[in-house]
Amino acid sequence: MTALFLAQAGAQATVSTGEAVAFWVLGPLAVAGALGMIFARNAVHSALWLVLTMLSLGMLYLVQQAPFLGFTQIIVYTGAIMMLFLFVLMLVGRESSDSVVEVLRGQRLAAAVLGIGVAGVLAGALTRAIAQVTPAQPLDPWSAQGGGAGGLGRLIFSDFLFPFELTSALLITAAMGAMVLAFTERHAKGGKRSQKELVIARFRGEYERPSPKPGPGVFATSNSVATPALLPDGSVAPESLSELIESTSAAQFSTERKQVSGDDPKPDAHALVGPEKEGESE
Amino acid sequence: MTPTYYLLLSALLFTIGAVGVLVRRNAIVVFMCIELMLNAVNLTLVTFARINGSVDGQVMAFFVMVVAAAEVVVGLAIIMSIFRARRSASVDDTNLLKY
Repeated sequence: MTALFLAQAGAQATVSTGEAVAFWVLGPLAVAGALGMIFARNAVHSALWLVLTMLSLGMLYLVQQAPFLGFTQIIVYTGAIMMLFLFVLMLVGRESSDSVVEVLRGQRLAAAVLGIGVAGVLAGALTRAIAQVTPAQPLDPWSAQGGGAGGLGRLIFSDFLFPFELTSALLITAAMGAMVLAFTERHAKGGKRSQKELVIARFRGEYERPSPKPGPGVFATSNSVATPALLPDGSVAPESLSELIESTSAAQFSTERKQVSGDDPKPDAHALVGPEKEGESE
Repeated sequence: MTPTYYLLLSALLFTIGAVGVLVRRNAIVVFMCIELMLNAVNLTLVTFARINGSVDGQVMAFFVMVVAAAEVVVGLAIIMSIFRARRSASVDDTNLLKY
């Protein structure tokens, strides 16, 4: 049925050959960009595909005698909005590529079926609604009523003056909202303490101990996180034991502690052979 | 070829954007899909303006662009603050209000 209406509409061609060529070049590019955005795993690639789509759409506006809107599309969307997206991507989720695992089972299949259904309904409704309409001749964009800056400005500042004034309120609200939402306390007054303030606070007793905690591996046989730090008397510093590694216990390091504290049996000075060490076979 | 083809193209782009919103997990990519849907509607408005022989539709598309710019700014700020609080930009991780 859609094809029938298309054939019916095709009888009244008001589109020049050049525009048709531009459409058949730019339209598939736009669709390819949209599909690439959906199927790219990397979010940055998605953004770049979307830039392709938006550029194609801007060119399509130019082709449809809407030069002001076309250039606004290129400047605002691909220039400002997509660069904002890329900034936030670099700040937030560049490495977070989507997982292949479906969280809801069959969700992708359902989404695809729904998408095909919506596309069919939209296409059918649009072609049916447009079928009897004879398209007007394209306006000259440089006339006072055309889609250039002059024609658009005339309309914006007469018929659409109040909505245009409202957008200023919208924009300033959006700017304020973004500043409030993206604000962090770190640089505010009383936020992050300087090193001097931190030392003073430590000696006042606001923290557990005046000095920083001992690093793992200090006075130890290895510098792995699993090795506890030893205090000057040879005992294990309990603060240096990682809570995550539960297998690390003080008992596991009892021999090392004895060696450091000097509690273990000293080698016999009169013996002819040295003390047998564990793990060495002769 | 008639201007109807532009409408079909924009319906296709809108559908792709809607499917992307349903399928993708990264909040920023979901947001980009919403931008694609807005762009598709803009193409429809421009095409209808051309079919009608007036520029009213273009003015509407212009307002849609303004609103989209404001929406992007606030939305990205929200995504950034959520990421700062939860170290994740996935829409699946934001489920505190689930039950």
